[in-house]
Amino acid sequence: MRLYRFSTALALVGALAAGAATAQSVEDTVAARQGQFKLFALHIGPLVGMAQGNMPYDADLAQAAADNLVKLTTLDQSLLWPEGSDNFSMDGTRALPAIWENPEDFVAKLAALQEGTQAMQAVAGDGLDAVRGALGGIAGACSACHQAYRAPQ
Amino acid sequence: MRAALLTVLLALLAVAAWALTRPDRLPDGALAGLEGDAARGEAVFWASGCASCHAAEGATGEALLVLAGGRALVTDFGTFRAPNISPDPTHGIGGWDLAAFANAMLRGVAPDGQHYYPAFPYASYRFATLQEVADLKAFMDGLPASDRPNEDHALPFPYSLRRGIGLWKRIALPEGWAVPGAMTEEEERGRHLAEALAHCGECHTPRSRLGVMDRGRWMAGAPNPSGTGRIPGITPAQLGWSRGEIAGYLATGFTPSFDSAGGTMAAVVASLSRLPQEDLQAIAAYLLRLPPAP
Repeated sequence: MRLYRFSTALALVGALAAGAATAQSVEDTVAARQGQFKLFALHIGPLVGMAQGNMPYDADLAQAAADNLVKLTTLDQSLLWPEGSDNFSMDGTRALPAIWENPEDFVAKLAALQEGTQAMQAVAGDGLDAVRGALGGIAGACSACHQAYRAPQ
Repeated sequence: MRAALLTVLLALLAVAAWALTRPDRLPDGALAGLEGDAARGEAVFWASGCASCHAAEGATGEALLVLAGGRALVTDFGTFRAPNISPDPTHGIGGWDLAAFANAMLRGVAPDGQHYYPAFPYASYRFATLQEVADLKAFMDGLPASDRPNEDHALPFPYSLRRGIGLWKRIALPEGWAVPGAMTEEEERGRHLAEALAHCGECHTPRSRLGVMDRGRWMAGAPNPSGTGRIPGITPAQLGWSRGEIAGYLATGFTPSFDSAGGTMAAVVASLSRLPQEDLQAIAAYLLRLPPAP
């Protein structure tokens, strides 16, 4: 898993640095990228809902959500961040140009999210307290990247 | 004759200006017999958000306890630099006694009698209790020391004249709760947490040109002083979240649509999420009592 992450990371850093082009339009790529984040949110939902007491704890549902989060957050990102898809270059995105100026840090923050989702996957079926404990790692990783690389509303 | 009259008038004006802007310290003996409890002080620390301004930008975990300062706060009046408030005796506040600490937090007055800029939210902290201040100091005395030297604020004239804050305080410092009146015990706890400690209103309430919070539009939203975007209004009419959703957000940073807090709110959640559930529920209960902005 570590080796996969490292090579993925290298590929993304390369893609960001070189401004890799995509076959699709930048607008379509951004739409797909935003869909990815919505998929993250969809799967975090049951875990947050259980942690906040809004729905009963269900080990199978928690595990399924956690498994999907790992798969989603380890998708190769190289095609999703083409040159010109920042909020200075186009409307309709909140991605800051800083992403392309700091590719190593961006990738490091993605790695932190991957670690957070993997930690959740390991304990999702072990009860509510375990889910609550692992949620902080995911929330922190989301926030850290948003703080640095997403424009305010 | 006219020169003499003019001189007398100017002298009177100078005396008046000096008198109007002098520091307003706590009365002697106000702190007599107070003993601080560091365990209670830790709760005050997280509720008050000290780390959000005085720890390094982006700090998490243990780094939130190193109050070395340095973070910039960009405002319409210039850029402020948070000072070192670690217990370092030379670069921090290590040598301060309780009276100095209390006058800073409750009156916005430095040990040498100078006024603090209200970027330090003493306009809210003034409603903290003396016991809370004593507890907070006991906790902060045990934090790691840092020898990071302070940086000057970058403020244009006339905001660079500290003494003028004495005048500002006379018009700006509130005397009572922003949302007065009878509340349940839980809502009162939430009011104290929100208005006195967590100082939500300092960001979420619009201000006049002189930087005075417009309490008639309490927490109704304001332009982001650090540039783009807007700090959202969080009255029930504007936010539309349930009590559980508000408490859940403060605990986890996730909104009801499972977006996560970014920007300055991420730092706020990093502190407030350390509070017990009952306190976050109390803040939520208070927020649901906010009147709509006119």
